Amino acid sequence: MKPPIRVLVAKPGLDGHDRGAKVIARALRDAGMEVIYTGLRQTPEMIVNAALQEDVQVIGLSILSGAHNAIVPRVMELLREKQMDDVKVVVGGIVPDQDATALKAQGVAAVFQPGASLEGIVNFIRGATNTAI
Amino acid sequence: MKTAERQFTTISGVPVEPVYGPGEYRNPEPGDFPYTRGIHRDMYRGKLWTMRQFSGFATPEETNRRYRYLLEQGQTGLSVAFDLPTLMGYDADHALSEGEVGKCGASISSLEDMEILFRGIPLGEVSVSMTINSPAAVIWAMYLAVAEQQGVEWSMLNGTLQNDILKEYIAQKEYIFPPRESMRLVTDTIEFGARNTPKFNPVSISGYHIREAGSTAVQELAFTLRDGMEYVEAALERGLAIDDFAPRLSFFFNAHSDFFEEIAKYRAARKIWAHAMRERYGAKNERSWKLRFHAQTAGCSLTWQQPYNNVVRTALQALSAVLGGAQSLHTNSLDEAYALPSEHAVTIALRTQQVLAYESGVASVADPLGGSYFLERLTLDSESAANEYIGRIDAMGGMIAAIEAGFPQTEIALASYRYQCEVESGQRTIVGVNRFQSDEPPIELLQIDEGAGERQIAKLAALRSRRDNGRVQRSLDALRRAAEATENTMPYLLDAVRAYATLGEICEALRGVFGTYTETSHI
Repeated sequence: MKPPIRVLVAKPGLDGHDRGAKVIARALRDAGMEVIYTGLRQTPEMIVNAALQEDVQVIGLSILSGAHNAIVPRVMELLREKQMDDVKVVVGGIVPDQDATALKAQGVAAVFQPGASLEGIVNFIRGATNTAI
Repeated sequence: MKTAERQFTTISGVPVEPVYGPGEYRNPEPGDFPYTRGIHRDMYRGKLWTMRQFSGFATPEETNRRYRYLLEQGQTGLSVAFDLPTLMGYDADHALSEGEVGKCGASISSLEDMEILFRGIPLGEVSVSMTINSPAAVIWAMYLAVAEQQGVEWSMLNGTLQNDILKEYIAQKEYIFPPRESMRLVTDTIEFGARNTPKFNPVSISGYHIREAGSTAVQELAFTLRDGMEYVEAALERGLAIDDFAPRLSFFFNAHSDFFEEIAKYRAARKIWAHAMRERYGAKNERSWKLRFHAQTAGCSLTWQQPYNNVVRTALQALSAVLGGAQSLHTNSLDEAYALPSEHAVTIALRTQQVLAYESGVASVADPLGGSYFLERLTLDSESAANEYIGRIDAMGGMIAAIEAGFPQTEIALASYRYQCEVESGQRTIVGVNRFQSDEPPIELLQIDEGAGERQIAKLAALRSRRDNGRVQRSLDALRRAAEATENTMPYLLDAVRAYATLGEICEALRGVFGTYTETSHI
């Protein structure tokens, strides 16, 4: 049996709306993954450090404040600096289509917009980490 | 699905019978204790609800233009949205503000920004609601200072400060200081208001954010009312007399999608509060017994898919607030699952209220659904379920103790996950999302000018070099001393903002005295 997928669910920026992050964390855990939730107001540095410490395969960033264009590129840059390019980054929240396209061009694996299903997110993460169900 | 397989529950999971019959539902008239049927006998004939759209974005200059537009369109009050740096007590030029300035609301770092925000708006005539919590006392001091500049007596000011820190720990999470220190600041504003601003609501005890975080209707009701009791108890402990401050406590509820459940919630809220104020706290003034509330339609019910459906959702939710006797109302705009509303979208939202008020006829009669077997049953059930929660929180030693134990936070997280699983399994339908999907052309959205942050930072730099920095330091030192002692901080905050000390500088001084709060996260 393969070891479970390890996921860091992170809440960057000043926003405190954590309903989505908590629901996702619980859904991933119910799907058999090991989930580490950072809590609120994490800087990109704190998130990448936590990802390194916890040796995760996936980072999920929950952003609803519109600050994704400032935060996500910084996370990607830090991952490259630390040679953690193999860590998959997924973003969930209020991200307009054109921003989602731009973030994916910078290496974000997926952007989940409002209405995305939990099942779809779980399946994407399983596929992206190449772990059999 | 066949009827036999379906479960019939409210959106909060309360089972619903196929039909309801007569019962012992005799409520006193509207305007009579315990106000289940409304706080006024003539209800909206006497005064229509205030149409108050929550609004703010980018710089204070741009937000000021939106306010003037809304007032020209027939809006009757203002409601200020602040951006995240302001809500967290950081200036626009703080490192943590990068990328966030003006995104979720107007950026306010100093009295100068507040002067611009209300330029040309007579504060003696327009009532203003401000959604600000941790730094509420500071922003209120700025507001009072602008009123002074406009030559408006504080005693003439109408408006509301949200200033409800307890629901921040429970749900919205925009906190700075630890709970007990925060409660001291809230109590300072209640005390200052009781002496200086007899027509201003210093606190708006808010269930809105609790519901948005995923609570049930009953949790929203119970946690909000229990928060209210916590503020009452803190003010009594300060030595204030109940009837000197209780009439100015106001409430703010969510208007969610389950039509009858929401109306029942408002009716039960008035009844529970009236009894608590009279019996638990011994209030003698009937104005202390009356629960007045603002309602906002449920942001979390808006869908990104098929956004025009949101106009319909909002209209139904707004109708429930009106039938439930709201004093003031915000209707969400159809594009708010994407962004802050465009002018076009916010106009439709305001027109929705105007259609309800002037075309539908529902404003002619007080509590028009009173006596509905179903609604009366739901009202009684909501009341008893909420009272049970309130009893549990009392047994824990009050709301601060319950928050420190993670109780309301965990209850809400469980409820929100349960709801999401119901949506996921198809047990609960969301039109356009998990059923009846179709593609729609994209809608036009408000773009927040990325230059807003730079303009705010430049303005702040100019202010810091122009002002009397010695006076700023003296005012901050005096504030620190007052905060360390037990003096009311409001006069010191007023001195500091008049000297153009910034929001960030003032909050930093208070952080030094009070410390900061980090929650233990429960998933």
